[in-house]
Parts: sequence; structure tokens; C-alpha cells
Amino acid sequence: MPEPLLELEDVTARYGPVTALHGLSLHVDEGEAVAVLGANGAGKTTTLRAVSGIVRRAGRITFAGRSIARSSPEATARAGIAHVPEGRGTLTDLTVGENLRLGAYTRRERASVREDEQRVLSYFPRLAERRQQRAGTLSGGEQQMLALARALMLRPRLLLLDEPSLGLAPLVVAEIFRIVRELNEREGLAVLVVEQNAALALDVSARAYVLEVGRVAVEGESTKLREDEAVRRSYLGY
Amino acid sequence: MILAFDWTQLAQQVVIGLASGGVWATLAVALVLIYRSTGVINFAQGEMAMFSTFIAWSLVEHGLSYWAAFLLTVAISFAGGVAVERAVIRPVERAPTLTVVIVTLGLFFVVNGAARWIWSPETRSLPNAFSTRPIAVGGVAFSISDLGTIAVSLAAVGLLWLFFRYTKLGLASRAAAVNPDASRLVGVRVSWMLALGWGLAAAMGAVSGMLTAPALASFDQNLMQPVLLYAFAGAVLGGLGSPLGAVVGSLLLGVLINLIGTYVNWVGTDLRLPVALAVILGVLLVRPAGLFGRPLETRV
Amino acid sequence: MGSRALGIALWLLVAAVVLVAYLFVPRLISDFHSRELAGAGVFFIAIVGLNLLTGYTGQISLGHGALMAVGGYTTAALVVHEHWRDVWTIPLAGIAAGIVGFVIGLPALRLSGLYLALATFAFAIAIPSLLKKFSGLTGGGQGLRLLEDAPLQVTGLSGTVTVFGHSMTQNHFLYYLTWGLGLVGFVIAWLVVRGGAGRTFRAVRDSEVAAASAGVDLAWTKTLAFALSGVYAGVAGALLAIQVEIVNPLSFTFLLSILLLVGAVVGGLGSLGGMIVGALFVQYLPQLSTHVSTAQGVPDFVFGAAIIAVMLLLPTGVGGLLRRLARPLTTRLYLRP
Repeated sequence: MPEPLLELEDVTARYGPVTALHGLSLHVDEGEAVAVLGANGAGKTTTLRAVSGIVRRAGRITFAGRSIARSSPEATARAGIAHVPEGRGTLTDLTVGENLRLGAYTRRERASVREDEQRVLSYFPRLAERRQQRAGTLSGGEQQMLALARALMLRPRLLLLDEPSLGLAPLVVAEIFRIVRELNEREGLAVLVVEQNAALALDVSARAYVLEVGRVAVEGESTKLREDEAVRRSYLGY
Repeated sequence: MILAFDWTQLAQQVVIGLASGGVWATLAVALVLIYRSTGVINFAQGEMAMFSTFIAWSLVEHGLSYWAAFLLTVAISFAGGVAVERAVIRPVERAPTLTVVIVTLGLFFVVNGAARWIWSPETRSLPNAFSTRPIAVGGVAFSISDLGTIAVSLAAVGLLWLFFRYTKLGLASRAAAVNPDASRLVGVRVSWMLALGWGLAAAMGAVSGMLTAPALASFDQNLMQPVLLYAFAGAVLGGLGSPLGAVVGSLLLGVLINLIGTYVNWVGTDLRLPVALAVILGVLLVRPAGLFGRPLETRV
Repeated sequence: MGSRALGIALWLLVAAVVLVAYLFVPRLISDFHSRELAGAGVFFIAIVGLNLLTGYTGQISLGHGALMAVGGYTTAALVVHEHWRDVWTIPLAGIAAGIVGFVIGLPALRLSGLYLALATFAFAIAIPSLLKKFSGLTGGGQGLRLLEDAPLQVTGLSGTVTVFGHSMTQNHFLYYLTWGLGLVGFVIAWLVVRGGAGRTFRAVRDSEVAAASAGVDLAWTKTLAFALSGVYAGVAGALLAIQVEIVNPLSFTFLLSILLLVGAVVGGLGSLGGMIVGALFVQYLPQLSTHVSTAQGVPDFVFGAAIIAVMLLLPTGVGGLLRRLARPLTTRLYLRP
């Protein structure tokens, strides 16, 4: 069995005195799409933050064979993890083009960055039209697309997506998830997605974890979880 | 009140005002650079600029030409600004804003004390950067020195603008200033961007100091204290978050103060600054975020 | 015994210790040092007032030195021009500075944060020039000399002062007067902070929007805090005038405003107890710095470095440290079943 791309083992994380993760373990294989589900406050967002280093954490976290348990967000980004945070984190004062250039900040080769910009924009034709516009003037859906596009400019090996559907219209959400699936299937990009909308997340992922108060309660293949009546009723609420 | 209005005098006074405003603008931009990324007014900015000016003076004493000393001092000041940030600001990065403000006040005394310690307190002078001859433009005589000062300060501000607008590092430091968390996620080392901001601010301050000193017959370690006041006022007038606002605000302030001093006898030299500040307060009461600032978002 | 009673007993003990210290400190130190301590008392009063404004309401003032000028000049003018006895001018000096504080607090209705700082800053910068401008009242650049122009009104000029049957030297009198008023001011500030007004002040500091939506009148609260803080500064200014027996524009420069702010932050904003340390810090540190070396610039360098060092070691000031130290104690006292 090949070593997983990302592996968390017995990870704890806290915000001041409040512990948000109590010994969480999960893994993502190379090229795999994995979903993290659970109720509000279960620790989904904190899981992603623990990986990228936004929150103080303890435990074992390895990425591509190297420990990132003590890495800062800057360092995890440089290691090849692109995190699209909750609330998107678009830099509203900068233009769309500048947001994309910033996404490639850690990369040195200019020519391939320019190529990537064309390739990424081919996924998001609407952004291509608005390159000179300030990001703050975009609609919510467009901002989410920009956040995704900016993350891709890093040429990541792993994409962390936090609630991409939050506050967006169903049609836009469908479009975003279609693109995520395409990136995963066509480009072999590994994805770890956190979602409230379980149906969507299970649809795009191969495997999923259901969290409950900072621990993994259930895990399994997405197709099976979707059909498991008990899991569906007690954890996913639909 | 004014019987025969003298347009020539008005034009001359406006240019003189623009020259002082331009010098203030470079220091105001320095203040804004640091304010934008940390929400703190660096009270030591003027003293750091004074220190730079003394370095330039030493270089000139050692035989360098004014302009060679100018460029070398800008480089030294940049390094000094970065070093100061690493040494005393970085440890209080996460402390309350007022704590950082007090650290800059402490820095004020440290830099001022150091300058008086290193260089004896007698007055000294820098050579003129420009020819002292007047030049006639459209029948009105202006001083070359004033025009040159305006040109150099605008050039310094312009270079800084190009850096922020067109370089990757400039882009990253803008991003780090407005949204540090998201910038970290794309791999920007935000903490170093703050240091870069301090370096650039110190360099801009150096320009300001080296333009202020030659215009005076002599100067001492209190050189930049009034300049800091004017720069602060100019920056607030323009809206503290906006470098462009700081430049326009300082230029307006320069012209305003010079015209008040010239045409309103009652004010005289002593009350120029208070009157200018009162005018700014009036502006702020109408536009609380300054001329160019956007209203601050209020967090609940 | 209830933990509440224990808490009260503890407070009474602290109060008794403070009172005893207040009464007996002059016996332990020289006459000269009581005068210096009286100087620290002036800082203490002004800093407690500034803390009410900045620490509890979150409004930065760079102009408290100017409010002290209002108090100091009120006292000096009443003594020199109206021949009042110096100590009786203190209440009026407080009221005058309180009114001026109220007026400069008015821009606070619209401005917040650094913009308000600019307003107070403008005031601090303007005061020395204004004092020179209106020389009829203020004596211009020369200032007003209490000792030369109205020696009969200066308390203790004959060498001793008799208070409640105790006779003491002038310096001891100044010490008792200043710190007596300081303690009264401290207790008043403590009551304000503990009471409803303090809660309102803190609500405005922590979130203006939330406070407003909870029915707090922002404008009224801020200007009230300014006025109250102005009264403290005015009393401090009056005491300064009485101590040094002269006021001139150089007594109240921008540097004084800065020292007050440094004292308040070093003491720990939002903590009244720390203010005493803040006051001693700004009173004694500049002098101590001259012991290092009197070479040009060195005292300033040392003073600045000390400010930075305190901020790096205690980012929330002495008050923050006291709170951290006191927490285990109070938790033990109040939470034990």
C-alpha cells in the first residue's frame, strides 16, 4: 500500500482554553477526494486549520512523507497545500488578476505561472472577463471561484476546501462542485473538502469522515455512507 | 481687506507651500505604510528620519557629494528600518495597539538620545541640494530649490507606487497589510512583510529628512519634530489608510499653511500649526475618514 | 465564614495598609524626597484620570498635558490676579479643566480612534502658543509666578504649615495634600469603575456598536468620560502649579501629554492599582536615567529603552501582571466551595 499524501494521527487543537479536536486521525491518498462531514461545531473547519497551521495543534501530521505538525501557514503553503478558507479569503482590495498572481507567490518560474493562469482561467471563463476588476466588486459565487482559482495558482498537491457552498445559490454551487470534481478526476489533484451539504460532498468524494465533537465518529466510502440509513439519519440529517 | 491682489505672489506662495507639502508627504507616506499594516502611528518616524539625515551629514563630511550620500543613506535607512522592526516591534506584534504605540514613543526617546550621544548637539548644515538661483516660469520667479524638492519628493513617492503596483513583493506586502490571514495561506511571510514596510518607511523618512535639512540654514536633533506633526496632520487629512490620500493631504496642508501664514496676519508663525489642525478637524467632522479614506468597518 | 466576607476583609486590610503608608511614609524619607513624591502624586492623579478615559472608555488622548495646563493656569491666575489662597483654587481648577475636557470631548461624538487622537493632539500643540498669545491673563512667555507676585497666598512659605493641629514642613504638607487628593481621586475612580458608569464606559470601549444597540448613549458617555478625566487633569495641574510655584508655557508641553500616556500604559490600562507604578515610573525614571551617564542624549536613550523593555516584558502593563498574579488568589477565595 502506498503511503498516504496527508496523514493526521491523534491530532488535538485548541482555541485558547477550548479544545476543538480531541485526537483526530484521518488520511488522504495521492489524487484522492475526501469529504469531512458533521454538525456545526464538530471540528470540521478546525481540521483544515490544523493541517495548514492556522490553529495551534498537537499530534502527528505528515504531508508527502514529511512532518508538518509544527509548520506555519506560510510553510504549509510552500509545501504544496492550498487552503481555501471559510469566507473565501479573497483580497477584496486587489484586482482579480492580482489575486491570481498572489496565488503563485511562492513560485519562481514566470513562464509557467503565465501558462497556469491561462489554464486556470479556462475553468472560470467569468473571471477571465473580470481580470481588471477589484475582487470586492464580484458576486459571492465569483469570489468563491476566484478563491479556488487563486488556490490552483499555487500548483498544489492537495486542495483544502472549507464550505465552498456557504451562502451561494444552488446553481453556482453545482458549478463549483463540477469544477472540483473535474480537477480531481482530470488533473489528479487531491482534495479534502469540508461541507455542510452532505449530499454534494459525498457526491464529489471517494471517501468521507463524519466528525462528532472533535473526533471521527464514522468513516467509509462515500457511496456506502450515502446508502447507510443509520448514518444518514443520525449524522447527516437528510 | 486686500486692495491690489498680487497673483505673482500667490503663485510663488503656492509653490513654496507645495515644496514643504512634498517633504511632509514623503514622511506622511511612511506613516501610512506602517499604519496600514499594523494600525499604529509610529511616533518615532520623524526621529528615525532625523537619524538618517545625520548619517547623510556624516557621509558628506567624509567627502561624499550630496546626491551620493543621499542614495547611500536611503539604503542604510532601509536596512535600519527592517532591523528596528525585527528588534522591538516584532515581539509586540500580538500585543494591544496602544502597547505598540508606546513602544514607538520609547523608540522616539531612544533614537533622539542616540543621535545626541553620537553627534554633539551643536547645529550643523547640509549643502544645498539644488542651485539657489531663481528660475522664471511664465514671468513668475520660482526658486529652483523649491521646484527640485517637489520633484524629488514626488519621484520618491512615485517609485514606491511602482514598487507596490508592479512587483510581486509589492503585491504581497499590500496583500499582507489588508488581509494577513489569507496572505499566509498563499505562502506570504506576513511578518517579514511588516519588516519590509518598516524598511520602506524608514527610507521614505530619510528622503524627507534630507530634503528638509538643506533648506534650513542649520539644523540640530530636533529637525524632524515639526515635520512629523505636519506629516501626521497631512496623513489624517487624506485618510490614514491611503498613501495617495497622504500625499494629496500633505500637499494641500502645505499650501494651506503657507497661504494662511502669508495672508492672515493675525495667525503669524506661532499659530500656523494650531490653525491648520483646526481646519483639519473641521474637515474630519464632515468626513470622519479623511478625504480619501473609506469609512472603517466596525466590528461588533 | 463566607468567602464574600473574606473578600471584604481583604479589601479593608489593603485599605488600612495604604492609609498607614500614606500617613507614615514622610517620616521615613527626607524632606526633599517627600517633595519628589508629591511630584509623583501629580502624575498619579492625572494618570488615574487618563486611565478612566483611555483604559475604560478606549479613547486615546494625546492632550492631557494641555488639560493640566488649564488647571495649572486657573490656579495661578486666581492666586496672582484675584489673590486667592492657593489651595482653595484646586476645586475651581478641576471644574475649569473638566469643562474644557467636555468641550474637546465633543468631536468624539463623530470621531473615533486615531482621529480623536489627532483632535486631542491638536489641542496639546495649540496650548503653548495660545498661552503666549493671551498674555494679559497668562503672563505670556514669562508665565505667572506665584511666589514673586502673590507670596501671601502661598501656603507654607513661612516654613511650617499647621493642619489639624499638626505642624509640618512645606514639603510634607505638599506630600500630604497631593497624595490625600490622589487617594480621594482613586477611590472616586474606583467607585465609578465599579458602578453603572464604569460598565457603560467598558461597553463603549469593547464595542461601540454593541453598546449603542444595548441603549448606551455613546456621545454622552464619551464626553462624560472626557469631562471626568479633565477634572483629574485639572486638579493635577493645580497641584503642579502649587508645588513649583510658577507656570509658564514650557511647563505643559506635548512631552507632558506623552509622559502621562506612557505612565498609564506602563501602569496597565484598565487597572487602577497599576497607576501608582505608572506614576512612579514617569516621575523617577528620567532622573534615574541621568545616573547611568549625564553625557548628552544618554538619559533619554536609557529612558526610551526602559519604556520599550517594560512593554516587551509586560505588554499589558503592571496592571496586567497584577491581574495575573491576583487571579489564583481571588479564584481561591471566591470559588472554593
